[in-house]
Amino acid sequence: MERIPILKMGQFLLVTIQVDLYDRLALDLEADLVGQITQLNARGVLIDISAVSIVDSFMGRILSNIASMARILDAVTVVVGMQPAVAITLVELGLSLTGVYTALNVEKGLDLLRIKTGAAQAVSTDADSSDD
Amino acid sequence: MPIPATIEVLTSETFAILEGSHVIQLTGQIRQQASQMGMSLLDQTKLSTAASELARNILVHGGEGKAQLECIRSNSKIGIRLLFSDRGPGIANVEQAMQPGFSTGIGMGLGLSGAKQLADEFHLTSVVGEGTTVTILKWVND
Ligand SMILES: Nc1ncnc2c1ncn2[C@@H]1O[C@H](COP(=O)(O)OP(=O)(O)OP(=O)(O)O)[C@@H](O)[C@H]1O
Ligand SMILES: [Mg+2]
Repeated sequence: MERIPILKMGQFLLVTIQVDLYDRLALDLEADLVGQITQLNARGVLIDISAVSIVDSFMGRILSNIASMARILDAVTVVVGMQPAVAITLVELGLSLTGVYTALNVEKGLDLLRIKTGAAQAVSTDADSSDD
Repeated sequence: MPIPATIEVLTSETFAILEGSHVIQLTGQIRQQASQMGMSLLDQTKLSTAASELARNILVHGGEGKAQLECIRSNSKIGIRLLFSDRGPGIANVEQAMQPGFSTGIGMGLGLSGAKQLADEFHLTSVVGEGTTVTILKWVND
């Protein structure tokens, strides 16, 4: 069964979406992320959509849902790598990614996560280090 | 605005829209066709995003249906025309359905208004109890 892998990077979770999301895959991702945030006490979620060529209202809703569920669990969500054509199309579609922070790339997204979660000093030198 | 009668259909292909994976297959085909015709990456993205909205509407609101992918020519212009049709419940109040933010479901209500915005031409006809047909068109070299 196809599933989108979730990687742990210190206090953060990293998800790279490589395929177009269909309903079940999206729902599984939502559920998996909630589970992982709780289990690992993650403070932030980084979602890389650089390989995603279409963000429609369905996909937008999934991203917003993930962000609001994460927020309830006290985690921040940052979406990174949105293709320029996708970003322009989103605006024309009238879609705003409610509650979702965006950054240009994974590196900038991690910086933003650190700032938003107040983890700036703790992990600024080595994103892979983990204190537990 | 009716689509001008001078449109010549160069190729036409029909896709069944019965489940989520069909939406993804369709948008992939559209992108491939659009790219072969020389459509810009931005317009490819706009067209396939609009198509994704309309194909999804078939599944969510109409049950099942089909999409027709046509390469068209009108005078010196070439483009892609897409026809989405279903025999679902139809739309009672089209004007309301076209409003950004209006949804009878759990959606954001952006599909129809967004698809209209993203396409060069947009037509919707719907008969309650009979079904819905939406046609969009995007020119390559407008
Ligand atoms: N093919 C269809 N058959 C019947 N009703 C439809 C169809 N397409 C759209 N509608 C009606 O028009 C409304 C608006 O559609 P639109 O795509 O804009 O929003 P949505 O599908 O509800 O949400 P979103 O697309 O943002 O996820 C729908 O809620 C539905 O009532
Ligand atoms: Mg819709």
